[in-house]
Amino acid sequence: MMDAILKLDDLSKAFGAVKVADGLTYDVTRGEALGIIGPNGAGKTSMFNLITGTLRPDGGSITFDGTDVTSQSSARRSHVGIARSFQVPQPFAHMTVFENAMIAATQSAGLHGDEAETLCLNVLEQTGLFPKANVLAGSLTLLERKRLELTRALCAKPKLLLLDEIAGGMTEAECQSLVQTIKDIHASGVTIIWIEHVVHALLAVVDRLIVIDFGRKIAEGEPRAIMESPQVKEIYLGIEADV
Amino acid sequence: MDWLNAILQGTLLGGLYALFAAGLSLIFGVMRLVNIAHGDLIVLAAYLGLTVTVGTGLHPLLALILVVPAMGLIGYGLQRGLLNQTIGQDILPPLLVTFGLSVILQNTLLEAYTADPQKLDAGALETASVSLGGLTMGILPLLTFLIAIGVIWGLQWIFYRTALGRAFRAVSDNQEIAQLMGLNRRHIFGLAMALALAVTAVAGILLGIRTSFDPSVGGARLIFGFEAVIIGGLGNLWGTLAGGVILGVAQTVGAKIDPGWQLLAGHLAFLVILAVRPNGLFPRISG
Repeated sequence: MMDAILKLDDLSKAFGAVKVADGLTYDVTRGEALGIIGPNGAGKTSMFNLITGTLRPDGGSITFDGTDVTSQSSARRSHVGIARSFQVPQPFAHMTVFENAMIAATQSAGLHGDEAETLCLNVLEQTGLFPKANVLAGSLTLLERKRLELTRALCAKPKLLLLDEIAGGMTEAECQSLVQTIKDIHASGVTIIWIEHVVHALLAVVDRLIVIDFGRKIAEGEPRAIMESPQVKEIYLGIEADV
Repeated sequence: MDWLNAILQGTLLGGLYALFAAGLSLIFGVMRLVNIAHGDLIVLAAYLGLTVTVGTGLHPLLALILVVPAMGLIGYGLQRGLLNQTIGQDILPPLLVTFGLSVILQNTLLEAYTADPQKLDAGALETASVSLGGLTMGILPLLTFLIAIGVIWGLQWIFYRTALGRAFRAVSDNQEIAQLMGLNRRHIFGLAMALALAVTAVAGILLGIRTSFDPSVGGARLIFGFEAVIIGGLGNLWGTLAGGVILGVAQTVGAKIDPGWQLLAGHLAFLVILAVRPNGLFPRISG
């Protein structure tokens, strides 16, 4: 049996008649990079909200690192090693880039003093935000904010990193450098779940792909084979040019 | 010279108003909670000071050693036990609950200490003064002003130089994201209220040394605090000190024109500034 860091078991969540998770079940192996695709409104971001604890499921369970975290607070889940980036960046706008990073390093990763500062500076270097360290996060451009999302998530020293459409809106060169950064993070042993519409970036990193629609897992397997399956082609009809 | 003296006395009085206001400003800044009971909490601190000084014979300023942590503990308990439950998207529940708390506090103080005016006895400090080129300053108002500067400097330092301050600002900025970064919002709010009431303890003791108080005087302290915060601009602690000074100077200058105009002049100055600069004189620069 493979060592699963995350297990979703029969997870369900509905807003009225809209099911954002409908019997969602899958495991993520420690050290794996898992890609998630699916049409808009399929429940991908809601799935992240369920995993991080900002949404409570109507049913089912979430196990992280051998512990049932279904009823734990999002703060608690952050302490045990789950971090995420947001599709729409949400920095602490009135704080500097460095302070944003320090919140994650001190509160989430529980580091202190020099140790926290060193981690933040290293991560800022890695994500290319070092020159902006003392700038207020509210004054960053959209792309810089996306990098700040990644920075903050990394400063939390996560075991499991959830990336939500982090490559959207980037130029090809920026996308290449992002892919390399994510590969490096993955190589350092962090488990990654990545939701992404920019499929070629996703395929460059992930070991496995899950397709979600209407809150259900409709396909799962080796990324290229999945992309070739008729089911996926049907869903992605019209945005195939992106592949 | 008389006018200059009025301005000087008003400036020093402003230090006390800034102390009334600092806790209010801090709490609104961190958790968007408007604490209607703030004035009564100041009075509660004054009564705790009275109990300590009468019970132990300590000087009121030394009583701060006991009253400050006591108010801090009350603040943390109050926040975790009651006020956290009222905080959400709607700003009405905290207003109603703290209004209720204000009524309860006033009546509890009335039961415990009766309606007789009380005063904290600070001995010679109350009347001591220094002369400076024809102007006379009371040592107590001067000390109050210096304490106000020290307290605001300290709060400013905590906010911008410590991990706790960073946590306050993160929660203030975006509660949900702060939770995802591992911050326990309820605990952080508790600490913010503890800090605010620790400052309130200082304000209450200095109020009790300066003037006599009874359980009903909290309301007016709340108004002065609000006015100082709004004149200075929300979220700016040094602005709050400036707001306190402007309010204090308006009051003493008003009283100089006609003794009956003291409070009216303060309120008028507040209304004029609200009309001209609705965000206050020094609103926090937002990014």
